[in-house]
Amino acid sequence: MRGTSLFLSVSAAVVAGSAPALAAWQPQKPIEFVATAGPGGGTDNIARAVQNIITKYKLTDQPIVVVNKGGGSGAEGYVYGKASAGDPYKVIFGTSNAWQQPLVSKVAFNYTDLTPIAAMAQDEFLLWVKQDAPYKTAGDYLKAAASGEFKMGGAQSKDTDEVLTRMIEKVGHVKLTYIPFKSGAETAVQLAGGHLDSHVNNPSESLGQWRGGTQRPLCVFSPKRLPQGAKVTATEGWGDVPTCAEQGLDIKQYEQPRTVWLPGKVTPEQAAYFVDLMKKVQATPEWKDYIEKSSQIDTFLTGADFDKFIKEDLEHVKQVASEQGWLVK
Amino acid sequence: MENLQELFHGFTIAVTVPHLALMAVGVLLGILVGVLPGLGAPNGVSLLLPLTFGMQPVSAIILLSSMYWGALFGGSVTSILFNIPGEPSSVATTFDGYPMARDGRPTTALATAFGSAAFGALVGVILITFLASWVAQVALAFGPAEYFAVYFLAFASFVGMGGAAPIKTVVALAIGFAIAAIGIDTVSGSVRLTMGIDELVKGMNFVVAVMGLFGIGELLVAVEEEFHARAVSSKIEWREVFRAVGRLPRHSVALLRSAAIGCWMGITPGGPTAASFMSYGIARRFSRGGRYFGTGEVEGIISPETADHAAGTSALLPMLSLGIPGSATAAVMMGGLMIWGLNPGPMLFVDQKDFVWGLIASMYVGNIVAVALVLLTVPVFAALMRIPFVIIAPLIVIICVVGAYSVSNSYLDVVMMLGFGIVGYLFKRLFYPLAPLVLAIVIGDKAEDAFRQSMLMSKGSLGIFFANKLVTCLVVGGIALLLLPLVLQLARLWRKPASPAAETPSQEKVII
Repeated sequence: MRGTSLFLSVSAAVVAGSAPALAAWQPQKPIEFVATAGPGGGTDNIARAVQNIITKYKLTDQPIVVVNKGGGSGAEGYVYGKASAGDPYKVIFGTSNAWQQPLVSKVAFNYTDLTPIAAMAQDEFLLWVKQDAPYKTAGDYLKAAASGEFKMGGAQSKDTDEVLTRMIEKVGHVKLTYIPFKSGAETAVQLAGGHLDSHVNNPSESLGQWRGGTQRPLCVFSPKRLPQGAKVTATEGWGDVPTCAEQGLDIKQYEQPRTVWLPGKVTPEQAAYFVDLMKKVQATPEWKDYIEKSSQIDTFLTGADFDKFIKEDLEHVKQVASEQGWLVK
Repeated sequence: MENLQELFHGFTIAVTVPHLALMAVGVLLGILVGVLPGLGAPNGVSLLLPLTFGMQPVSAIILLSSMYWGALFGGSVTSILFNIPGEPSSVATTFDGYPMARDGRPTTALATAFGSAAFGALVGVILITFLASWVAQVALAFGPAEYFAVYFLAFASFVGMGGAAPIKTVVALAIGFAIAAIGIDTVSGSVRLTMGIDELVKGMNFVVAVMGLFGIGELLVAVEEEFHARAVSSKIEWREVFRAVGRLPRHSVALLRSAAIGCWMGITPGGPTAASFMSYGIARRFSRGGRYFGTGEVEGIISPETADHAAGTSALLPMLSLGIPGSATAAVMMGGLMIWGLNPGPMLFVDQKDFVWGLIASMYVGNIVAVALVLLTVPVFAALMRIPFVIIAPLIVIICVVGAYSVSNSYLDVVMMLGFGIVGYLFKRLFYPLAPLVLAIVIGDKAEDAFRQSMLMSKGSLGIFFANKLVTCLVVGGIALLLLPLVLQLARLWRKPASPAAETPSQEKVII
């Protein structure tokens, strides 16, 4: 039903599009979706999901190609976006990396070089331990970690995972050895093999491992429990995972937004076109399906809300980074 | 034999008309993307991925994996005919494949490569069929220290047995490590060696480096040597295709050794590239014609090809059972699995039996389809060698330029590729070995990451490399391989100078 009504509204838009009143800005050539990650990762998946939905519902007449520019932890894609200033045919898909990375490493871009379009989904973080680990709650974990011998794995260095690790250290009064790997998937396997004590993967990065009984989540870094959804293991689903705050690890909220950008110096009409396009994508059942399968939280931040979100997150990360001495001069 | 039953059930899924048709389509597309350098299997599979969203997961994975087989085969074609490796793992095939093709035997080179590749793949699939559950556990034992030990073993097996002067090998390795370090460092997160060029933050792409080093480098050497004076006369000989394949059993020792190395490196996450290099290096030492390697030896083609495909095939197992992609292509397929609603991981074998065993059965059938199709194309590809050098040379330049550009639509890559061409030329002229350079570019940063992760874990103690049996064996094996040439040389001096039978006593030390 939903698909039909959407189809009607889209075809209405197409009909209306021929009238001069609504002919604000329309793309005239193929659009490039730049995923700031390698093929197969979360950022790549969202870019391809959006491409797929747009193509399926013919939300634009122009073809869309997805290119992967994931070199340098995503910096390649953002630098590319910066170099493409004024070109509205390059849509960049990223994460909070866009503003976090320039803080801690000397990359040749900043998020201000780009035009923010939207944050389309929030990925949650959980604290994971090996299936046969003795501790059942975050409190037990912190007690055990007080020995100072715990190894925490994560994707990349000085990125979201390490920031969260440092926050856990501070709040929980423990010292953890952070070991960076290339991706969350790699980290999950290392935990399964017993080479690490814990990690803070997103749900989709460890879903298969949880179901397979190699690791389990202790708690989620979110103000309230996740939506119940289908059971993951025989007895538990995401909604059964307690929040970290209720278990005495007082980090109420930590999320990773999936962000969409245009290069800098595009016109407001061009930016508005893509905000609108992403809104249409989000209204489809395929989007809901994608969100559910990847266990993310549906959200749509744009304009002032998105700006506010960036500012707040930036403040927070800056504080952690300066405490750790990561800030680049 | 529960596995056998499951396998037969898998065959009933894989051997249906639509699935066979999908395999043929996948393989042909794969050969195409494999032959065009710069496109490669990972890109080809990601281009095809959106088309599979509406399909049954089994059909989708059959299409994609068939494309992967096709691309693996196709990648060897350009390595052999033009010295341009399309995939990292087919670099080692160029060492003897290209000289043999240049020598007027492209049909033999291609047929040998495809035949031994098919054998390697077959051994890989058989391993998956019977040892799936055991093999999956092996990969779990690999932490950073074990990873580093595997890479160390790969380096050692190649370096210790290289033909060039050891000091030149070390120089080539060092340059390779420096190139691999360009970009963002995983462990510290800082930007290294970008020399003020913003775009270099992405690091050096392997395809760009290799197309320059091999394709353009070789071309420059050829131009200087007036290669065109010696036109290659290759006959289109169907019979030679079968004869070359028929001769393979004579090299059964090389085939089995290479398949074993390939399977081992595929299961332990060393990957196909390290496997092919290691297999080539070891063959050079232990094969009968070892001293002629690099001039077009049959076993110089068999060894890397068999190991490459054995590793490529068995690398799909960790992807399915643990969710670790063994290669870039496997990573793309894993993305696909998630989109189809499946979760790679230990439960896949329990929850999705049809999918897993359908895929495994399709590996048998798909590889047979692939090798049949690819053998049919041998004479066509071999005929390319008859095109005069004046035409083929600019063609190679075009392929390299387009290939380098298409990696990430970047002009900088083209400039870099040409730069690597000059480096390749200088290496050849000054008799520096290219193989260690390439090996260091491909796995240098992974080895570095693994080493530094180990150091973080052990708080700086090297003891972590001797902490358990597995890692100790790997490290000791690596050191032994590294010291082997030195020991042999000493042994030779010890006996009498210039003893022709100096090779024989070394046979006892063949323990890896």
